[in-house]
Amino acid sequence: MKIDWAALASVFGVSLVVTVALVGLFTVGIVSLSKLSATAGGSASGGSAALARTGAYACFAACVAAVAYGIYLIVA
Amino acid sequence: MEHITLLLAIVVVTALVFDFTNGFHDTANAMATTISTGALKPKTAVAMSAVLNLIGAFLSVEVAKTISGGIVNEDGLRTEVIFAALVGAILWNLLTWLVGLPSSSSHALFGGLIGAAVMSAGWSSINGGTVVTKVLLPAIAAPLVAGLAAMLATRLTYRINRNVTDPNQLKSTAKGYRAGQIASAGLVSLAHGTNDAQKTMGIITLALVTGGVLAPGSNPPMWVIVSAGLAIALGTYLGGWRIIRTMGSGLTDLKPPQGFAAQTSAATVILASSHLGFSLSTTQSCSGAVMGAGLGRKGGVVRWSTATRMFVAWGLTLPAAGLVGAGAEFLTKQGPWGIAVTATLLVGGSFAIWLASRRQPVDHTNVNETAGGDEPQGVVTTAIAAVQPPPIGTHPTDLMTTIPAPAAAPDDTARPSATV
Repeated sequence: MKIDWAALASVFGVSLVVTVALVGLFTVGIVSLSKLSATAGGSASGGSAALARTGAYACFAACVAAVAYGIYLIVA
Repeated sequence: MEHITLLLAIVVVTALVFDFTNGFHDTANAMATTISTGALKPKTAVAMSAVLNLIGAFLSVEVAKTISGGIVNEDGLRTEVIFAALVGAILWNLLTWLVGLPSSSSHALFGGLIGAAVMSAGWSSINGGTVVTKVLLPAIAAPLVAGLAAMLATRLTYRINRNVTDPNQLKSTAKGYRAGQIASAGLVSLAHGTNDAQKTMGIITLALVTGGVLAPGSNPPMWVIVSAGLAIALGTYLGGWRIIRTMGSGLTDLKPPQGFAAQTSAATVILASSHLGFSLSTTQSCSGAVMGAGLGRKGGVVRWSTATRMFVAWGLTLPAAGLVGAGAEFLTKQGPWGIAVTATLLVGGSFAIWLASRRQPVDHTNVNETAGGDEPQGVVTTAIAAVQPPPIGTHPTDLMTTIPAPAAAPDDTARPSATV
């Protein structure tokens, strides 16, 4: 009986890092987008709104890339 | 397709039935959290999962070369043995569905195959070491990996959004979590369709090869691919509502951020494990992720009594399906009449389980009602409750202590064979 500890450890590490990173990125994205909708009625300064929007879209882009890579893994 | 014998036809149909119960059993993995947090309406969720399973079945051309991945020596496996293994796996799948416990369909199939192979060719046809590395160790590792990832991710997402209090902002983040959850649930469905429909295609192809219809090493015919994809999608669409209820609201109460973290963790673990060479069960990863997400929220609780019953079911999967598989193989060895008897018992047993389920139906209308104490108290539930240790503390070491419960096997596994 040979247990592939290395494979198990890499599954453990990769899953942990990827999950936390993705959830973190996505949350940062939706939270900064939500600030936009909260300040929309008030006096939002154009600069910070644009920054928040760009940041959020960058986060989502990273998540979309990760999902695309996931689909690629399924198909390949 | 020239010369398909009656036996072969029976095996193909049984394999498709297994595929159906597989889809039916595993809808919960992809959609339970989505349904319980309200991200999608129950019917929409299962429909989406079914479509993605169907697509998944056609996506990959890499068909499983073996049924068991080396657990059982499959050279010269007789068609009857495959049939007996499928009988064991189907009955265990239906039984765990009746009591609403998520358990791995692949492990049920392994169990059935082990039982049938031992009955057919003796213990030498089993690789004991592979059983440990492919079944026992993953059963401990999967919930730990997925659970830890989901727990940390849940903590993180709550930490990042803790300052969000404005109602507009809350509405906007809720929409975000919803979208994220649907995306990761979709990934799980797609991966499931690819992996598990391939497995059935592998079984049918193997049966056709052993039956001499296909040349060894040939690819599955188109009708096999189409029917396996359709069977799993249909099963998924009908939805194992009982299991969805346990996983979505029985183990813990999920809020949208938790559902998102759990589903993302499950999707990541499934993809990482199948591509880094240490495959983990989808069901066990998802259940682990749900529990981890439950622990990650402040004030979140995991219902350890439900979790314990689930772990006991995981421990019983292999021996129980194995015993039924062995019994079925014992019958099919007796000749054509034995095969007929086994087929009749399979149909009768499935029908009996379905009848039992009608006493307390769970469907898309009541899937989100708390499962807490009102699960159907079938014989198995009582049997499992009897072997279950009294309520215990909330430290995760319990994960390990409850899994190896084969001592309970004879007690409980008498049931499926008694039902048939």
